[in-house]
Amino acid sequence: MNWQLVPQFGIAGLLAGGPIALIALGIVLIYKATYIFNFAQGQLLLLGALFTWFFALELGWPIGISIVLALVLAALLGLLIERFALRPMTGQPIFAIVLMTLGLAQFLQGVALLLFGGTQRNFPHLFSIENPYRISMPFYFNGNQITVILKQNLVWSFVVAILAVVLIGAFFQFSRTGLAMRATSEDHELAQSVGLRIRRIFGASWAMAAMVATVAGVLLATSSGLDMSLSLVVLSAFATVLLGGLDSIPGTIVGGLIIGASIGLTKASTVPLIRDMSEIMPYIVLLVVLLIRPEGIFGQRRIERI
Amino acid sequence: MAVLRPAGEFDTSYAYDMASIRRRWQWVLLAISIVALYTLPLYANRSTVALVNRIGIAIISVQGLNLLIGYTGQISLGQAAFMMVGGYISALLVGNLGLSIVIALPAAGLGAGLVGLFFGLPSLRVKGFYLAMATLAAQFIIPWFLRHAFPDILNETQGLIVEVPVLLGIRFGDPNSFLMLTATVLLITTVVAHNIARSRLGRAFVAIRDNDLAAELLGVNLFRYKLIAFFLAAVYAGLAGALSAHYFRHINSETFNLGDSIILLGMLVVGGLGTSLGPFLGAIVVQLLIEGATVLAPAFVQLFPGSEGHAVQAFKPLFFGLTLMLFLILEPRGLAHRWQIIKASWRLRPFSF
Repeated sequence: MNWQLVPQFGIAGLLAGGPIALIALGIVLIYKATYIFNFAQGQLLLLGALFTWFFALELGWPIGISIVLALVLAALLGLLIERFALRPMTGQPIFAIVLMTLGLAQFLQGVALLLFGGTQRNFPHLFSIENPYRISMPFYFNGNQITVILKQNLVWSFVVAILAVVLIGAFFQFSRTGLAMRATSEDHELAQSVGLRIRRIFGASWAMAAMVATVAGVLLATSSGLDMSLSLVVLSAFATVLLGGLDSIPGTIVGGLIIGASIGLTKASTVPLIRDMSEIMPYIVLLVVLLIRPEGIFGQRRIERI
Repeated sequence: MAVLRPAGEFDTSYAYDMASIRRRWQWVLLAISIVALYTLPLYANRSTVALVNRIGIAIISVQGLNLLIGYTGQISLGQAAFMMVGGYISALLVGNLGLSIVIALPAAGLGAGLVGLFFGLPSLRVKGFYLAMATLAAQFIIPWFLRHAFPDILNETQGLIVEVPVLLGIRFGDPNSFLMLTATVLLITTVVAHNIARSRLGRAFVAIRDNDLAAELLGVNLFRYKLIAFFLAAVYAGLAGALSAHYFRHINSETFNLGDSIILLGMLVVGGLGTSLGPFLGAIVVQLLIEGATVLAPAFVQLFPGSEGHAVQAFKPLFFGLTLMLFLILEPRGLAHRWQIIKASWRLRPFSF
């Protein structure tokens, strides 16, 4: 460990965990309502960012309006996907549903490539890229006070992401629709028998997940630029979801922070092999979680009957 | 599936009851197809033979996946990673140690199988998409490990140039001669896979697929049979990967990626899960579709000018994703099931059901 770098990489990693938590939230939203694990979340994120880019740079509209329009488009896309791809799969085995979302991921990737092309493109800066924050830490290393330098977009992306997760968590906890969604996630048939329209709830979950993905996509694109590989970010969100628990909204924040920090900390190592390990760190965490506690930190353990 | 025999055909002996190939004309047909496969280079052009090679390699890998997913019901998103392991093992054994392909191929299968065994361990604890996640981790950890653990031997910056395998004085250096190798391995793997599926082992697999808790109560050792399934799937992947490495004569840590794993899964679904015929139909249809996409793309560019460059890239995932989704919705049991229906309706003619 390079102890001088630990605070810097640790905190930067922790902050990078914010958008990861937001991506994970999209997956959890869909899973809670429909028991579907959405492998296509990365492509939803990519398309959301591309929509925003199209309105803001190609048409030259103000960024605020562009984001709102992209959110509307994303919600429509979510509804379409639920109606035409996943609803016919109701009652099919898990394997078929996993494959459905994998096929959907390929399809959406193809659509994104066809509509927008695979070039690297600029994305408007939502946050100032100058004047990074410098925070002096209250401890010393070899007599020097340690200062952590954080880019503004890193900090603000984190704030926006966590705010979004908290908002949606509150929506689930306190609103009528949220209550209906929670009831649906307990038991589909029971929810239907008390008069909840679970189709509408499924649709709403997909629309919300697509909108959340758009926010995450915009946050990531504004700090690292926009190209087709943006959809790969989702791979570290898979680990986050399993770590926090598939059906837990607070779990996404905790999971995101742990995954972000563990990626950051491996980068602070002095051993080159461990430093390179940062790219597969989510998967190592994932395997450990699966072997020790498959339901995750906050997830609900389900008992199986024959 | 109910066995539907033609009218007037009776199982007069146990051997006849168990036979896969039942009639003399079926034997003749089989012999003709095998001869046709081996003599393909005599009357087909080079690109067709190359396509048959690629399809054959894909079929072998899908057969392994079929044993794991179709019969045992365990999801794996890491088949391509096991192909990579097999490819590297065979490339190193032939290239660096100068071993014969006859030794290198089984060794590649065995090596990949052992790796598969390791990544099959989570299957004892988790299932469904949790297992999909664990195998997804394999798809990323294995290439990373190969990239960083032995950078010198594997020459990671440019990838490895793979030697042309030589056997009995024949150099398998071009698609025409390589077809002999692909076809031979494919024949062996087909016979083995078909017979595993209808043996005691295969019945244990099916019991686990249909309900693993019930299977355990009936005395099926889950630990043992799930690991055997993972081992077999990875052995098949290793063989296919080794063939692929020698065929393309180049391998690096990005040759077999997640996209390839998903395509193999797609082939299995399009063909039909849990059938011997499925991997053949699926691999042929999906491979043709993907190649067709690259042919179609230029025409699309002419129709919509301005989409140059990325149309070719876009068509492959677009077509593949769409096919997979349509099959899952309209024919989730795959082409093999459709073939059964056609056969049955032909036998029951003129009564259409």
